[in-house]
Amino acid sequence: MNFKNLLPTRLPAENSPSIAMYFKQYGIFIAFVFICILLTIATPNFLTLQNMVMVLRQISINGILAIGVTFVIISGGIDLSLGSVVALTGVAAASFAHPGTHGLFVPLLVGLLIGVTIGTINGLIITKGKVAAFIVTLGMMTIARGLALVVSDGRPVSNLSDSFNFIGGGEFLNIPIPILLFGAVILISSIILKYTKTGRYVYAVGGNENAAKASGINVNSIKLFTYIICSGLAGLAGIVLASRITTGQPNAGVAYELDAIAAVVIGGTSLSGGSGKIIGTVVGALIIGVINNGLDLLNITSYSQQIIKGLIIVGAVLLDRKN
Amino acid sequence: MNQPYLLKAENISKSFPGVKALDKVNLTIEGGKVHTIIGENGAGKSTLMKILMGMLLPDEGEILYKGEKVKFTSVQEAIKTGVSMIHQELLPFPELSIAENIFMGNEPTSRILGWINKKEMNKNAALLMNKLGANVEVTTAMKELSIAEMQMVEIAKAISNQSEIIIMDEPTSALSNREIDILFGIIEELKQQGIAIIYISHKMDEIFKISDTITVMRDGKHITTCEITEIDQKKLISLIVGREINSIFDKKETTPGEVILSVSELTGLKFKDINFNVRKGEILGIAGLMGSGRTEIVNSIYGLEEIVKGTIFINGKKVKIRSPKDAIKNSIGLVSEDRKKYGLVLGSSVKHNISLSILEKCKNGLFLNLKKENEMADAQINKLNIKTTSSDQLVNNLSGGNQQKIIIAKVLLNDADIIIFDEPTRGIDIGAKSEIYKLMTQLANEGKALILISSELPEILGLSDRVLVIREGEIRAELSQVEATQELIMKHAMA
Repeated sequence: MNFKNLLPTRLPAENSPSIAMYFKQYGIFIAFVFICILLTIATPNFLTLQNMVMVLRQISINGILAIGVTFVIISGGIDLSLGSVVALTGVAAASFAHPGTHGLFVPLLVGLLIGVTIGTINGLIITKGKVAAFIVTLGMMTIARGLALVVSDGRPVSNLSDSFNFIGGGEFLNIPIPILLFGAVILISSIILKYTKTGRYVYAVGGNENAAKASGINVNSIKLFTYIICSGLAGLAGIVLASRITTGQPNAGVAYELDAIAAVVIGGTSLSGGSGKIIGTVVGALIIGVINNGLDLLNITSYSQQIIKGLIIVGAVLLDRKN
Repeated sequence: MNQPYLLKAENISKSFPGVKALDKVNLTIEGGKVHTIIGENGAGKSTLMKILMGMLLPDEGEILYKGEKVKFTSVQEAIKTGVSMIHQELLPFPELSIAENIFMGNEPTSRILGWINKKEMNKNAALLMNKLGANVEVTTAMKELSIAEMQMVEIAKAISNQSEIIIMDEPTSALSNREIDILFGIIEELKQQGIAIIYISHKMDEIFKISDTITVMRDGKHITTCEITEIDQKKLISLIVGREINSIFDKKETTPGEVILSVSELTGLKFKDINFNVRKGEILGIAGLMGSGRTEIVNSIYGLEEIVKGTIFINGKKVKIRSPKDAIKNSIGLVSEDRKKYGLVLGSSVKHNISLSILEKCKNGLFLNLKKENEMADAQINKLNIKTTSSDQLVNNLSGGNQQKIIIAKVLLNDADIIIFDEPTRGIDIGAKSEIYKLMTQLANEGKALILISSELPEILGLSDRVLVIREGEIRAELSQVEATQELIMKHAMA
């Protein structure tokens, strides 16, 4: 017998509610600072400006993807197709980015439009077709990967224009462009979620779909919106990646969606929907980033890194549950 | 060891941050008796029951079971000792059979490999269900059953656990009158076997019908315990609320205005050829048994249910309502019978729930005006007397009555002219009930048109200007306020 919904869901700890609440709200930040302190002690190369910028640049792609999927997860959905969309949009954008052909605007537009189109297809099948998001996006994961291979004939698309390569490799005011893009995405998406009607509806749909509908919200269009944002941002991430490695790689981005979902979950967003914050996701991505970086600096093999990363993901959620 | 009581709770106290939920409460439960516990929501009943069921530990006080001191740290322990609970909202395993549900966690197994002995399990389950007078195949899946039948399965489960005390939390809130009679029969039967029932309910007539002993709680304190014969309804209500309530209905004679809503030949999956009008300033009661189609009718007017055929007119103009969004646009509001499903986003704050349907009005250009939203929410909290620590409190932490008020606030903010109240007082304490009645009357006096669906006939009779009786998806009678009596309504509802 299940007594779950009789128990008070948020019973504050009895002796010191303020500390418990504080930890609940800022636990993920505290964990992040803690990891940084540990790594600073363990290796002198960690806390340097150069290394910090590198970490930020490394996480910007995962960060952009994670923010996109945060929208979907808050609304109660899931998107597994992100990694393949990164590959497809990267290859497609790169195909239009050879020097002296289409300039900069066309490849960017192609990449973003493909992302938005895939999001629209995912969203429509999920809402109108009433197929589970897990299945639709799992199918799309394979389809997009296949399309990336078909479009590129299975070969990397290289010889890209300097202006295109500037997106991933260039700097503005000494700050790498990917970091600036990541920053802009953080800012805009935080504003959408907190200060717009649509953002509020995303929470309502994830919190209780029926009540959202009965409150006059067009639930389908909100869901569609989240999938479009998510795949659109995956398109942006695909462009940044192709530009950074100066090739459109049809095999790029494998399992990127899992890192993105991990960042969301570490950031305190519940997979059951209805709650979560962009800032949490950003810190989640940062945690994954500094751990990857720190383990590299400590010369721990990438094989063992995977084990450690997995433990941290589960540990973070466990900690969150305890609170 | 031959104690005159089964369970004795002494000086139980329990505090949550900022609230003393229980303050030195005493309770003695005797075998073979129905002991009703009554009090407004927030009086401490649920906290006390959670302690008796091992879901919470008391801060102070002790529990004696047949004279022995016990300390329940888990639900399993409470059940093993002899206390079971039938929850208001049943929590079955819908895909499993009746027998599997009854013996969940307690399956008869073969001695060698621990395989479940299905044959024996089904046989025992059938015996139990027969004993309760239920005529169902025990291999039927739970999801096929009515709520009343599921409840019987829960009772069968309690009996199979050899419970000596069964706590029933508002067991009749979702039952039809006929099903209630069956349940009461079973309770009598259980009493004969020496089983004690702790009965929680807000329904006065039931309480006087079924109880032997009654305990009143208020604000976490034990107010009184007495035999049911020593008390009358008026006295009881005054003990519950701590003040005298003369009449909870004060509907004035009204002269309804012009017709605002009319439906013509409305047909859906569970109702057909429904015709009626509602006038401004009028409260139209809709009575009928659960499952008669009354909820489906109003849900279809609100766009939650499919309309197969028929027309809806508002102010004489034909309108198409395909979704709640259309309904809201046409100034229709719904206070749903299922507030957790259709009413609230439970994990969200009071403020966000109140503003959910009118965010359009809290906007400066593209962005939300959070200050305006705050003011609007606070104004509603004051106006409807919603008891919450702040507008940022999660709705989940509020009592049923206050949750219901939030839904009403939402509807009012939408400027609805036609408001449908479907079982507006189900599971709500008497204080909040009378506030909701007052509010409904006031809304009608302001010229709003109200539709009231209720299983509680005194509510229908006390508030409605006219009553429609629904049976098997059709209107069987239309009664004026003067003609309508409980007997007449039931006659048409049951036929």
